Amino acid sequence: MTRQLIAGTALALIAGVAAQAQDAPINITTYGGAFGAAVNEAFAKPFTAETGIQTTMVDNDNPPATLKAQVEAGNITSDVFDVEQSDVLRLCDEGLIEPIDPAILPAAADGTPATEDYLPQALHECATAIMVWSTVIAYNTEAFPDSAPTTAADFFDLEKFPGKRGIIKRPKYALEFALLGDGVPADQVYEVLGTPEGVDRAFAKLDSIKDQVVWWEAGAQAPQLLADKEVSMTLAYNGRIFDAIVDEGKPFAFVWDGANLDMDYWVVPMGAPNRDAAMEFIAFASDPARQADLSKYIAYGPPRKSAAASVGTYKDGTTQMAPYLPTTPENAERALVNDAGFWADHDAELTERFNSWLAGA
Amino acid sequence: MANALDPHAAIATTATGLTDGALRTADGKPLARALARSQSLARRRAFLLVLPLLAFILITFVVPIGQMLQRSFYNDGFSANMPALSQWFAENPRGTEPDEAAWSALATDLQASAEARTIGVVGTRINYDVPGTRSLFTSTGRQVRRGIEPPYQAALLEIDEEWGDPALWSAMREASSPVTGNFYLAAVDRKRDETGSITQVEERQQVYVMLFMRTFWLSLLITGITFVLGFPIAHLLATLPMRKSNLLMILVLLPFWTSLLVRTTSWMVLLQQQGVINDILVWLGVIGPDGRLQMIYNQAGTIIAMTHILLPFMILPLYSVMRTINPSYVRAARSLGATSWTAFRRVYFPQTLPGLGAGALLVFILAVGYYITPALVGGSSGQLISNMIAMHMTDTLNWSMAAALAALLLGAVLLLYWVYDRMVGIDNLKLG
Repeated sequence: MTRQLIAGTALALIAGVAAQAQDAPINITTYGGAFGAAVNEAFAKPFTAETGIQTTMVDNDNPPATLKAQVEAGNITSDVFDVEQSDVLRLCDEGLIEPIDPAILPAAADGTPATEDYLPQALHECATAIMVWSTVIAYNTEAFPDSAPTTAADFFDLEKFPGKRGIIKRPKYALEFALLGDGVPADQVYEVLGTPEGVDRAFAKLDSIKDQVVWWEAGAQAPQLLADKEVSMTLAYNGRIFDAIVDEGKPFAFVWDGANLDMDYWVVPMGAPNRDAAMEFIAFASDPARQADLSKYIAYGPPRKSAAASVGTYKDGTTQMAPYLPTTPENAERALVNDAGFWADHDAELTERFNSWLAGA
Repeated sequence: MANALDPHAAIATTATGLTDGALRTADGKPLARALARSQSLARRRAFLLVLPLLAFILITFVVPIGQMLQRSFYNDGFSANMPALSQWFAENPRGTEPDEAAWSALATDLQASAEARTIGVVGTRINYDVPGTRSLFTSTGRQVRRGIEPPYQAALLEIDEEWGDPALWSAMREASSPVTGNFYLAAVDRKRDETGSITQVEERQQVYVMLFMRTFWLSLLITGITFVLGFPIAHLLATLPMRKSNLLMILVLLPFWTSLLVRTTSWMVLLQQQGVINDILVWLGVIGPDGRLQMIYNQAGTIIAMTHILLPFMILPLYSVMRTINPSYVRAARSLGATSWTAFRRVYFPQTLPGLGAGALLVFILAVGYYITPALVGGSSGQLISNMIAMHMTDTLNWSMAAALAALLLGAVLLLYWVYDRMVGIDNLKLG
């Protein structure tokens, strides 16, 4: 009897430990805000429901810097990080993130393998894209009752469209946008920006409106500046503006010309405590149906081609998402795809020049 | 001990009746030794009491800051991952044309580094000095990982002719020694050119010296404004009856207890062009609707918000000193014929100096390192050097550069502290 009891207890203990090992909770670090909430709804909660692995969302305003610090200090507290494209290259080259085997990613419904189904640049040896977002022009429709701006050049036209302009306070996006506004075709922007004359040209274009610019730093500032009428037009992350339009009923509108497409990626820090569960999560989140589902919660497009068609309505049940997504063909037509390789090479140099230019009179 | 001229020693010797001249305790041990022993025991106990704090400060403050500062002059990103080429640089003086041995060392290192996935670290290190070279390293690394055949010079130039760039070789030579002063040079807008001499960077890349100057100038200005605004308030607080001054004190402390971000954001609401103050001015007809004042997202915004946030740090030390000043001194001066201005200038004000010194030092040092407020309300002209440090920490991830800037800032503050000590005297400082 006693022996049975002991054996039973031991078994229960072992089972308990095993279950714990298998179901070790994973921490997911994202840029937070509406996106963190959307990831929680579209990926994390269904993942927990299906696998029983608990997930905790961590908000962070700079995941790559945190990841670097955690790996270098050997104290990794998150298993999955959401980072931008340029960070993927840098972190992977420096050996700070784990390679991801594309074989773990599920095929599309029609059997197309994941490697062919993802958009160009969406798969990397160390990362898989989560979604496509975009830096676009947004304006307050009340500011321009007669004629609405339609092109990037209109952004720099202070006579036709008076009012202050909001621009992100970093050279990435601001410089490309200046060139687009100066008439450089999207497919030549990085070629031009790679030359000293091209950089001068971008700064000269920004100079033309410099005294009318309000520089913003956090993504939430852009819709705030528009709502307060501090600016009449601003560069903004499309998801933030979508929220303001649909959830808060603000009189804002997009101009898709001059949009800069960028992707966020899942990465796993080198030596993550729950590497296997993290990989399982990434595979789960790369399912086309799940990706399309993300657009139910936030205006970011799916990085898999097969997912674009299944994008439906917003969580309010009435708003069709397609017109608001950067991946919808009409919107993506004239968009520039951000070149992370270019920024990995020139970030430091252009950031210094940008700050020097900003600080100057 | 037994000095015949020392009256105490003589008395003691006589009293104990001993001939060796030493004082002794009741059980006959020499008093000096017994005293020393009991004192050292007390000291050891006292030390044990402060040990937790000491360990805490060492572990959480001194060690991390030391490590961070070390990065400002020590970066082995290149030397640790490119050992053969670093060796070649060590053996051949500056000015030596890279020979086939150098190219071979470069190829071997690139190959090894590409396989070890450290090529990005190497490229990043060189990219600090020669922008655009990071991808040269990573793309060449991808190619040589598959193998490379001698002659290496021709093979590498075949992959990318940029490998022949003398500026690149000069930068690699600089980086081949992990200990370098180059980050400090960059932090004062200088660089080493191909011949190894120090030159200024191009004018349009110069930013740090100007930001250091601006940081110190704005901090001084803010210290001055907090003094002008804080002095009368502190005086009022110190002289009013207790009940009224307590009420006023709460008005000073309430904002002090409010989150920094909340206060900064409130200033945005108040000062922006469509904000409360502009609305009121337009409503009053002081300015036209098109003439709304730009009070935020520029230097003015930084000064206003920082002055408000730092004001309590000036008022509180001033107040605590003023409370202790005896009002009869000023009354005595007046009764002896001094005008109120003279009594203030010659009698009252000098007595407030310890508080003023403490307040000014606190406000200035806090202002020099301020980061979040200028980032939010500073726009383009209100940025301070701390914003550049933050940018290097979080955006460009060039921590060596961030550390060099931070070390310079720390050095400048310590220097000012030393000057302050020489001029005012640190003993003269009263924090509360």
